[in-house]
Amino acid sequence: MKTTGIVTGIVSNLVTVLVDGPVAENEICYIDLAGVKMMAEVIKVNGKSASVQVFESTRGLRNGDKVEFEGRMLEVTLGPGLLSSVYDGLQNDLTTMEDVFLKRGEYTDPLDREKLWDFTPIAKPGDKVIAADWLGEVKEGWLPHKIMVPFAFQGEFTVKSIVPAGQYNVDTVVAVLTNADGEDVNVTMTQKWPVKVAIKGYKEKPRPNRIMETGVRVIDTLNPIAEGGTGFIPGPFGCGKTVLQHAIAKQGDADVIVMAACGERANEVVEIFTEFPELIDPHTGRHLMERTTIICNTSNMPVAAREASVYTAMTLCEYYRAMGLKCLLLADSTSRWAQALREMSNRMEELPGADAFPVDLSAIISNFYARAGMVVLNNGQTGAVTFIGTVSPAGGNLKEPVTESTKKAARCFYALEQNRADQKRYPAVSPLDSYSKYLDYPEIEAYLDETVEPGWVARVKTAKNLIRRGKEASEQINILGDDGVPMSYHVNFWKSELVDFVILQQDAFDAIDALCPIERQRYMLDLVLGICDKEFEFEDFEKCRSWFKDLINVLRQMNYSPFKGEDFYAYQETVNQMIA
Amino acid sequence: MANKAYQRVYTQLEGITKATVSLRAKGVSNDELAVVAGKLAQVVRTKGDLVTLQIFSGTEGIPTDAEVVFLGEPPVLKVSDQLAGRFFDAYGHPLDGGPEIDGEERQIGGPSVNPYKRRQPSQLIPTGIAGIDLNNTLVSGQKIPFFADPDQPYNQVMADVALRADVDKIILGGMGLSNDDYLFFKNSFEAAGALDKIICFINTTENPPVERLLVPDMALTAAEYFAVDKNEKVLVLLTDMTLYADALSIVSNRMDQIPSKDSMPGSLYSDLAKIYEKAVQLPTEGSITIIAVTTLNDGDITHAIPDNTGYITEGQLFLRADTDTGKVIIDPFRSLSRLKQLVQNKKTREDHSQVMNASVRLYADAQNAKTKLENGFDLSDYDVRCLAYAKDYARELLAIDVNITITEMLDTAWKLFAKYFSPAETGIKQALVDKYWKA
Repeated sequence: MKTTGIVTGIVSNLVTVLVDGPVAENEICYIDLAGVKMMAEVIKVNGKSASVQVFESTRGLRNGDKVEFEGRMLEVTLGPGLLSSVYDGLQNDLTTMEDVFLKRGEYTDPLDREKLWDFTPIAKPGDKVIAADWLGEVKEGWLPHKIMVPFAFQGEFTVKSIVPAGQYNVDTVVAVLTNADGEDVNVTMTQKWPVKVAIKGYKEKPRPNRIMETGVRVIDTLNPIAEGGTGFIPGPFGCGKTVLQHAIAKQGDADVIVMAACGERANEVVEIFTEFPELIDPHTGRHLMERTTIICNTSNMPVAAREASVYTAMTLCEYYRAMGLKCLLLADSTSRWAQALREMSNRMEELPGADAFPVDLSAIISNFYARAGMVVLNNGQTGAVTFIGTVSPAGGNLKEPVTESTKKAARCFYALEQNRADQKRYPAVSPLDSYSKYLDYPEIEAYLDETVEPGWVARVKTAKNLIRRGKEASEQINILGDDGVPMSYHVNFWKSELVDFVILQQDAFDAIDALCPIERQRYMLDLVLGICDKEFEFEDFEKCRSWFKDLINVLRQMNYSPFKGEDFYAYQETVNQMIA
Repeated sequence: MANKAYQRVYTQLEGITKATVSLRAKGVSNDELAVVAGKLAQVVRTKGDLVTLQIFSGTEGIPTDAEVVFLGEPPVLKVSDQLAGRFFDAYGHPLDGGPEIDGEERQIGGPSVNPYKRRQPSQLIPTGIAGIDLNNTLVSGQKIPFFADPDQPYNQVMADVALRADVDKIILGGMGLSNDDYLFFKNSFEAAGALDKIICFINTTENPPVERLLVPDMALTAAEYFAVDKNEKVLVLLTDMTLYADALSIVSNRMDQIPSKDSMPGSLYSDLAKIYEKAVQLPTEGSITIIAVTTLNDGDITHAIPDNTGYITEGQLFLRADTDTGKVIIDPFRSLSRLKQLVQNKKTREDHSQVMNASVRLYADAQNAKTKLENGFDLSDYDVRCLAYAKDYARELLAIDVNITITEMLDTAWKLFAKYFSPAETGIKQALVDKYWKA
């Protein structure tokens, strides 16, 4: 029998319920407001009183209104048809809602139940299987979507029967499994999973050992992110967070991209709906939207569902990872999620931590980042979830709880700098403050030696050193004046400008420059470092400045020209003559 | 509001703070309105049968035996075409001596538009001000605030923008507006003969601060009526959102909530987003554009109010006094319209974005030259030309008293380029130089 209860207190979307039976932490319940069932989640229990956060506006709710508990946590539905969908934070399909305005209590099915999928069996009768093993496959777009033994199944099963290749909808029983006690269980193409629990069902989670290409030089060359790695992008507003994030979404070398718009502007999501269907994935030549799922809880949508949205997104990624695919999760912005936690903690009158955030903020963030990673599946294949979150630090100050907690959890740090943004040096990723811990991994260094060129990591460090030396020189020049320093200071400064303008800066709106494959990144870095290795003599600092300015201009033209095309080599020739 | 016959009257308050009262009552719904000693109030918390009410006009003079009557529903606005041309207070009651509005009652602060039903904004809103049209082009469906110190003429600029914009309705939500500014808006709208498309919801400094909390929702409920039901282009002006946020902090403080940064409530981001995200381009022709004012304390944009606003809105317009020309200008460095690329070169001339970038870059070079000058370093010939250009650029294009078409703005910029620079120094694409350079 279901536990029921009645509402006894309301503050905004925090409701207290007097319950008549057992309830679980994070259990889902529905509150009946004059016939409209509003979903809510238990976040605290005290005796017979449960505090629940409601995923809708509580306007009009009264004490005494009835509540029914569901005996399950917040779940998502997994199955073919998730890709190219647009969901809200609770996985309701936003595209099938008819009204212009979102209606309270309107919950739509995330999957198309009628659509037929081309199913091919992988397992055969008699096979021994466990949770997450592959039973069959359907084509979702161009991706092989594996139909798996549901993750919740415990112990070993024997495949009793499996349907032959053919067209079936998601609710068709495609396999019957027999458990250790001899009982038969049906498996369809869909299953449910609670979002706050990580999907395991893999053999091991090794250290990441390869790079995920993004086509963005300041990431791939300077601070690469590993496949299955974690990174975050903090930055004040107006520093180009969204542009950088969209660039990664368009160009990231992944099979599946899940974008969680978490408490951000609705028009940014509209930009994705409008542009992505037109754009082509540079790695496969297919439409970008075919590999993309959008989880959209914009800033004006209910706050509690904002927290759910990042978990929903992560669970979808883990699902595709279990199929042996490379997934990329982009969450914009995790600060809004933290603020949602703060609002609830505040209403529950918990003792606050720094800046009124809940004291366990750090633990919650690091648990979430820990769900990313590369895994080795039971069948020996690998899958990965790479996670990049953005952080919106209050006042642009990086010494605030969300940034600090995230810094402890994420392995890559891409700090966006107001100063660089003001100078239109985009992407405004700070070359000195940012880091990638993956550059210190011996396995990653070996991977780069092999796939890019031997000694690559040392070259990247050389580039960073040039920038550091240039910064020191520029400080001295600013204090002492152009004439007050030796010529070598000017040369050092301009060498760092060379690296800055040619390698760090990249035009996200230029058809050629926006996407820079790693081979091209190697070519340009070698070229630039080759120039910086040379000694130059100048009569005066004006000559030094204008010579470097001209050189930078030519190198930038190379960035704008098709790689190893006629123009590219013509500019290369000009460079050769200049440095001869 | 009339009491209904069967309603129970409560007469025993248990607690009173500056902004709230609490009492024991049954069957009360969340967000519903009540009348306490003749003052309008709203339910903000229930705990068992203990109900906390926020009193919009303050609790001064409310006795513990005050009469409390619950009205059974949240604040509503009656919407119909009769709204046009009218002035209302924060509760939606006429301020202009005219009759009450006859129309459908709508709850204010209603649900959000399904993001999937939105369209990408694509219609240019020309304002005649080059600091906006040339450098920070506005698009219908956008939300953007003016960031300005209290001594800047932001209300005047906003009135100019509103009257020049090609929209069907202008809705003004005034929060903590001084009586003088209220009369200024009224007079400018009258003088422009635009009264028939104006709707105003006004809370002046003479009114209690907590009343302000109703103003944006009232204004936006009216806006949604015209945009969604009537497919009209609606421009909403909200001034001053800093005073709105201050009112939020008063209420949360009285409810013993733990403040976050700058003693603002932890929910400030969500509270502001709920308002600004009402800006929308609907799949029909209808749209809501929001231009707001956020006053700053000495240009400090790291304060919680402008900071949260900046993360929500699609850019900001920064007003600043220019010492060289003595004029108020739209700062080209700190201002930004995030949607400008949706219309530039598409709805405007092909050279728009290149001219904009070049003119701002040269203005930045002038700033560097100025720093050099101040530090006592020698100026090069290029520096001197930049400084002269900056003066002309500020006077002829950045100043807020400019009122010309976008084509004229582009031509003015080309004229200034030719006056002070060589084509190469502007860095503009050769094809455009060939076509537009004013030899």
